[in-house]
Amino acid sequence: MPDTSNKGETNTRPLLIKGGHVVDPSQDIDGPASVLIQDGLIADISVGGNETGAPEDADLIDASGNHVFPGLIDARVYVGEPGAEHRETIASASQAAAAGGVTGFVMMPETDPVIDNVALVDFVRRAAADTAEVRVYPSATVTKGLHGTELTEFGLLQESGAVMLSEGKHTVSNNLILRRAMTYARDFDLTIALETNDPDLSSNGVMNEGLNATHLGLPGIPREAETIPLERDLRMAALTGAKYHAANVSTSDSASAISVYKKNGHAVTAGVSINHLSLNENDVGRYRTFFKLSPPLRAEDDRQAMIAALSDGTIDIIVSSHDPHDVDTKRHPFAEAAVGAIGLETMFAAALRLYHSGDISLSRIIECAAKRPAEIFGIKGGTLRKGAKADLFIADIELPWVVQENEIVSRSKNTPFEGSRFSGKVLKTLVAGRTIYTQKG
Amino acid sequence: MDAVEPNSIFSQRHLLGIADLSPQEITYLLDMADNAVSVSRQLNKKKAVLQGRTQINLFFEASTRTQSSFELAGKRLGADVMNMSVASSSVKKGETLVDTAMTLNAMKPDLLVVRHGSAGAVELLAQKVGCSVINAGDGAHEHPTQALLDALTIRRHKGKFPGLTVAICGDILHSRVARSNILLLNAMGARVRVIAPSTLLPAGIEQLGVEVFNSMEKGLTDTDVVMMLRLQRERMAGALVPSVHEYFRFFGLDSQKLSFARPGALVMHPGPMNRGVEISTGVADGAQSVIEEQVEMGVAVRMAVIETLLRTNSGGGDA
Repeated sequence: MPDTSNKGETNTRPLLIKGGHVVDPSQDIDGPASVLIQDGLIADISVGGNETGAPEDADLIDASGNHVFPGLIDARVYVGEPGAEHRETIASASQAAAAGGVTGFVMMPETDPVIDNVALVDFVRRAAADTAEVRVYPSATVTKGLHGTELTEFGLLQESGAVMLSEGKHTVSNNLILRRAMTYARDFDLTIALETNDPDLSSNGVMNEGLNATHLGLPGIPREAETIPLERDLRMAALTGAKYHAANVSTSDSASAISVYKKNGHAVTAGVSINHLSLNENDVGRYRTFFKLSPPLRAEDDRQAMIAALSDGTIDIIVSSHDPHDVDTKRHPFAEAAVGAIGLETMFAAALRLYHSGDISLSRIIECAAKRPAEIFGIKGGTLRKGAKADLFIADIELPWVVQENEIVSRSKNTPFEGSRFSGKVLKTLVAGRTIYTQKG
Repeated sequence: MDAVEPNSIFSQRHLLGIADLSPQEITYLLDMADNAVSVSRQLNKKKAVLQGRTQINLFFEASTRTQSSFELAGKRLGADVMNMSVASSSVKKGETLVDTAMTLNAMKPDLLVVRHGSAGAVELLAQKVGCSVINAGDGAHEHPTQALLDALTIRRHKGKFPGLTVAICGDILHSRVARSNILLLNAMGARVRVIAPSTLLPAGIEQLGVEVFNSMEKGLTDTDVVMMLRLQRERMAGALVPSVHEYFRFFGLDSQKLSFARPGALVMHPGPMNRGVEISTGVADGAQSVIEEQVEMGVAVRMAVIETLLRTNSGGGDA
């Protein structure tokens, strides 16, 4: 597979980041360390902050009092390019990513047209190379046109740079097609990442089924609309030996099902969005459409189960599920409003809440948002190991701030965190050793 | 050849599958076929040992090369050969397979050569008739004369089977040719590999005594014989393979992939070929290709099988 990242290594003066607290689970580092960068790569990392080996002409970033992390890799980002550039372009998504410490993201194929052939994967790569500051990894659909009937050219797509196959928010409904897709993907060692949602069972549902939906008079989506196709997918992964990624789970039962298949040694992994770790159905409040998501926000018990599953390793990764929508498509009655929320800029800050509350360790957060996504999708990154690409970010994990609409970088402003108070902010983001984002002020 | 005592080694009434044959019987048929090759290469190709015997080719599935090969084989042996094709048969009028068999049986043929789209259909028919039956292909089950002609081609080039590595590539799942070849080559001591995307491999294939590969480059390394299989275009619609383009890129035999095989490795194909799908024109017509020779061996093998069966089962009193 070619290196799909678009950022070439730059020949610059060496750069030393000293005085910071480095958290890099790929090397079990969680303490003071200095990082030396040269030619876009990590030239050295010395634990304890003893940077005697640094060249004298090195530029210096003083990270004293702050943390240094490997750049986050967000494995679930929807972009409006091609087809809906007014919502988000690859460039604007990249800027939002940089502001959130995300140095690489997997771009979902559910665009217009959908990314289902080599030419479109190539388009994404070129657009990213020309316009994006962070690394953009294309994905492609499992079936042509998302129709669920014919396979896309998995092998050629992989050769052209697609890192995974996904049907976006769609489930592959035909069991035989799913079996053949998984069987065929296994030959190429390609991961199939699916969000499960039974369209018949969900029917016209718009939020989690339960008392809240009943109070609001909104049709509900039962948890089983997620778990039934998920269990089917897991069985199929076991049958075929394919690498299967449950891309966006939200219920306690989903976590239990995944846990069983993991324990039995199957190649299954799972992801959860930061929204489902941070919010629950009560946040929908009085028809707040920015909280209309897929899958829907669930009950508090489910949110707690997601946190527990992330802690114990049942769930492997945190994603933003960044899904930009312009205000026009959100300013509708709840049932008619678009589904999805942006998240690239706030994923890290929202994840820090789980750290501050004592639910999840800082190093587990970085593992789930950098190291594991790189491993699952075969991406070189998510580490500050010597020789790795110098993609990293510096953050003050205590700095208080409030999310304000006029400061949102993303072209769409549909964040469920508007007005939220966070402790912890990204100060500086580097890709290939080059600073691409610096916090204002 | 006329002096060969027919019953000493080969004593079967039908040829339904390679699975029923011992290595000795296979060798016997290959030796007979070797002799038949020389008959076919004479100016006068007639060897009228089966004068007065009747052979009916009953093809429920369209076939050009296999049917004409059987027809020619029977005629060169002096038998009366009749072709019954599906279009003109009573099957279209709702007659069952068994009824068709009984009707034909009443005409007292000596040999039925049967091709049918359903696995096991030829065996069912053989149980109902008094004459010998040759399976000319039943569903995805067996095609024994194809495996014999492939073996004859290989033996004439490579001498013997032990020590040889043969790769069978492509749509193994739907292929009776692959099954018969795997059985025969294993019985004769060759090492057999299958190379295909996993979607075109039947369950449990590795338990048939083959090594399984999903990569042509890896699977072809150090092979002596490369057998390509035809990929039906309708496989694309069923999500077994994404496209002809991708299939050819990863599983089509071109000179680059063939270079992984041993120098002088034979390239074989049972035909009809899809050029640019499972095989490139350069390789199909190249120096290592024995595809045309396979067709010639087909007639010889079928002469050997027909003669052997009819001598073994002298319905009237020949031999």
